[in-house]
Amino acid sequence: METKNIMIVGVGGQGSLLASKLLGHLLMEQGFDVKVSEVHGMSQRGGSVVTYVRYGSKVSSPVIDRGEADYIVSFELLEAARWLSYLKPDGQIVTSTQQIDPMPVITGAASYPEDLVEKMRAAGAKVDALDCLALAEEAGSAKAVNIVLMGRLSHYFDLPDEAWQKSLEAIVPPKFLELNKRAFELGKKA
Amino acid sequence: MKQLMLGNAAVARGLYEAGCCVISSYPGTPSTEITEEAVKYPEIYCEWAPNEKVAMETAFGACLAGKRAFCAMKHVGLNVAADPLFTMSYTGVNAGLVIGVADDPGMHSSQNEQDSRHYARAAKVPMLEPSDSAEALEFAKLAYELSEQFDTPVLLKMCTRVAHSQSIVETAPRVEPAVKPYEKNIGKYVMMPGNAIRRHPFVEERTRKLQAWAETASIDRVEPGRDHKIGIVTSSTSYQYVKEVCGDTYPILKLGMIWPLPDQKLIDFARSVEELVVVEELDPIVSNYCSALGLAPSGEYDLPRLGELSQNIVADRLTHTFPMGRTIDDPIPPRPPVMCAGCPHRGLFYTLSKNKCTVLGDIGCYTLGAVAPLSAMDMTLCMGASISAVHGFNKARGAEAESRTVAVIGDSTFMHSGLTGLANIAYNQSNSTVIILDNSITGMTGHQQNPTTGRNIKGDPAGKIDLEALCRAMGFERVRVVDPYDLKATDAAIKEELAAAAPSVIISRRPCALLKYVEHSAPLAVDPVKCVGCRSCMKIGCPAISIKGGKAQVDATLCVGCGVCEQLCGVKAFRSTKKEG
Ligand SMILES: Cc1ncc(C[n+]2csc(CCOP(=O)(O)OP(=O)(O)O)c2C)c(N)n1
Ligand code: SF4
Ligand code: SF4
Repeated sequence: METKNIMIVGVGGQGSLLASKLLGHLLMEQGFDVKVSEVHGMSQRGGSVVTYVRYGSKVSSPVIDRGEADYIVSFELLEAARWLSYLKPDGQIVTSTQQIDPMPVITGAASYPEDLVEKMRAAGAKVDALDCLALAEEAGSAKAVNIVLMGRLSHYFDLPDEAWQKSLEAIVPPKFLELNKRAFELGKKA
Repeated sequence: MKQLMLGNAAVARGLYEAGCCVISSYPGTPSTEITEEAVKYPEIYCEWAPNEKVAMETAFGACLAGKRAFCAMKHVGLNVAADPLFTMSYTGVNAGLVIGVADDPGMHSSQNEQDSRHYARAAKVPMLEPSDSAEALEFAKLAYELSEQFDTPVLLKMCTRVAHSQSIVETAPRVEPAVKPYEKNIGKYVMMPGNAIRRHPFVEERTRKLQAWAETASIDRVEPGRDHKIGIVTSSTSYQYVKEVCGDTYPILKLGMIWPLPDQKLIDFARSVEELVVVEELDPIVSNYCSALGLAPSGEYDLPRLGELSQNIVADRLTHTFPMGRTIDDPIPPRPPVMCAGCPHRGLFYTLSKNKCTVLGDIGCYTLGAVAPLSAMDMTLCMGASISAVHGFNKARGAEAESRTVAVIGDSTFMHSGLTGLANIAYNQSNSTVIILDNSITGMTGHQQNPTTGRNIKGDPAGKIDLEALCRAMGFERVRVVDPYDLKATDAAIKEELAAAAPSVIISRRPCALLKYVEHSAPLAVDPVKCVGCRSCMKIGCPAISIKGGKAQVDATLCVGCGVCEQLCGVKAFRSTKKEG
């Protein structure tokens, strides 16, 4: 199978680590070769963060380059727009509608672009945007945004529900499992 | 067992399986997780050393004592440890000694982009360079075999994309090698001129033997291709980009040992193809080597010498095609890293900026004090440079500079290489003001313990260096501690110490806001009626404060109630959200 590419983008501290862990587990269980790549360090102090997940029969490069992403999963709107050029022509964006002002916007040196979802669509991208923060809070914790997004992403995958459930059970600590299962369902059904 | 494993975790696994017993490292992105993963194996003694030179010498001592040892560092750490490395090349080892060094092409979290392969060549020690996690594990084990077989330290070179990528590895049980007896051998281990002169020929001979080994070793392998128009010599993550772009179209000479190189293998490979192409990140080391062999790699495919490679860059040069992405017209504002809400460094930098100080800085979270709106740093060079440089600055400009110039340095950085600079001030007497930002942790690299925190790598109680006593013992009579959350006290301390006609040390003490044991106050809120929208509180660049509709607003999910913003508000618009009673 040709290599498929998923990018997870967001703001440092938003929980992309658990999302990539879940995908890594899920895809390995399906028998794929998998590579997951992220940059630790400076980017974690509230900076822009990106994780690359690649899977297929044999994966070589650990990173995803411009024009290659089948999916961009985004925790934050501006970050979806920042990485837009990485999307394949027929790629799919799944994004939370949350907006977090970066420091240059806070200080007034730059402004946060308006109507990003519409603009990305106008540029020809398929965008699935939903208020993941509200859904996560409905599930019981604002921290579950990552799993809401995974639930939403599962829509686009041809994998049985049990496979996702099994990986959730393997990755999420038992204490938070019920909460995260709810978050997954809410994302999936939204 | 098959597992998805981080490159750095795979190195740790390889060390474990090879029977490594002692690891001494200093943190540095992207090398840190090797040691953080290794400490999870109870069979391996692990520690954070104060700096890379100490770490390497500690590992050397352990190998001399007869146990397999390791140290890890980032590329610039090898500069600090270069001194022992060059002479360890002469002494060789007793039990195996492996040195992990992680480069950061693209400078994701580094102050420069140096290529540590130069060190292998310059110090005449072999260097292995894995291209994924499976090789990281395998090469770590092989490194010990080579170290003991050829009597040499071995460099294991990682880069960000191998260190911080997970790929599938197959694990095996640990092999416990017998402890090597320690035998006194003055000619081998005491490097004074007479002995070193006799060891140098051994070093040259060892390189020739390693080259001969590489001629037949599978670590440098030829992968056949269908089209012999070009043949590609490559290694590390560059190899993965080449495979991504070319698959098995062209023959590839995949180098796992980047130094020394197998001359005959390179010559034979070059002869088997029409044109030789070298794909390597950063400096043209292999490329120049091939040129020196008369193999003249094609210039047509020259790669950038700046930053990381990627599949698109390689595709652009090799096949001249790569996909383009879509964009929107709006400029996308950057999202640079910032100091956390409640970071203890913030109050200090605000005060330095207010006093228009010249700030000779250092490396750590506090380097973010250089970022707007604080913009309170004038220089950052390398670890420890702040203190030495403030002394030089003041010696050059005299009293006028002494009254407004400070050095700022973190607790871990001070222990790493600030002490010797401080000794210079104490000895050669400049009226310099040194500020130690003691946040009780090594923050930037992900919160490691250090000699000032009183905890070891496992978080267990350990020795704790008393900074005040240390500075006093060096001869500083003016040593004082301030709480950077208290702006008034911080301002007074800085003003007084700059004015004093004596060298002084200010310890700005308050633990990092992210440490688990730190108890935060309730978030603050702004009374929109009182707030006049003057933006005074915006001068500190706290990510929790923004202006919405002309009024300041605090994000309660980020605010930790440190109270620094409140002290800047002239109309007392801030209040605590703590419930009374
Ligand atoms: C020679 C060298 N080794 C390691 C590093 C990686 N590094 C950057 S900052 C830092 C430590 C910072 O800790 P500290 O001085 O306590 O400041 P904090 O980040 O906690 O504010 C380290 C280890 C480096 N840049 N140079
Ligand atoms: S990690 Fe700690 S020291 Fe670093 S910016 Fe955050 S609060 Fe400050
Ligand atoms: S009290 Fe003020 S400065 Fe401190 S974290 Fe909260 S908003 Fe930021």
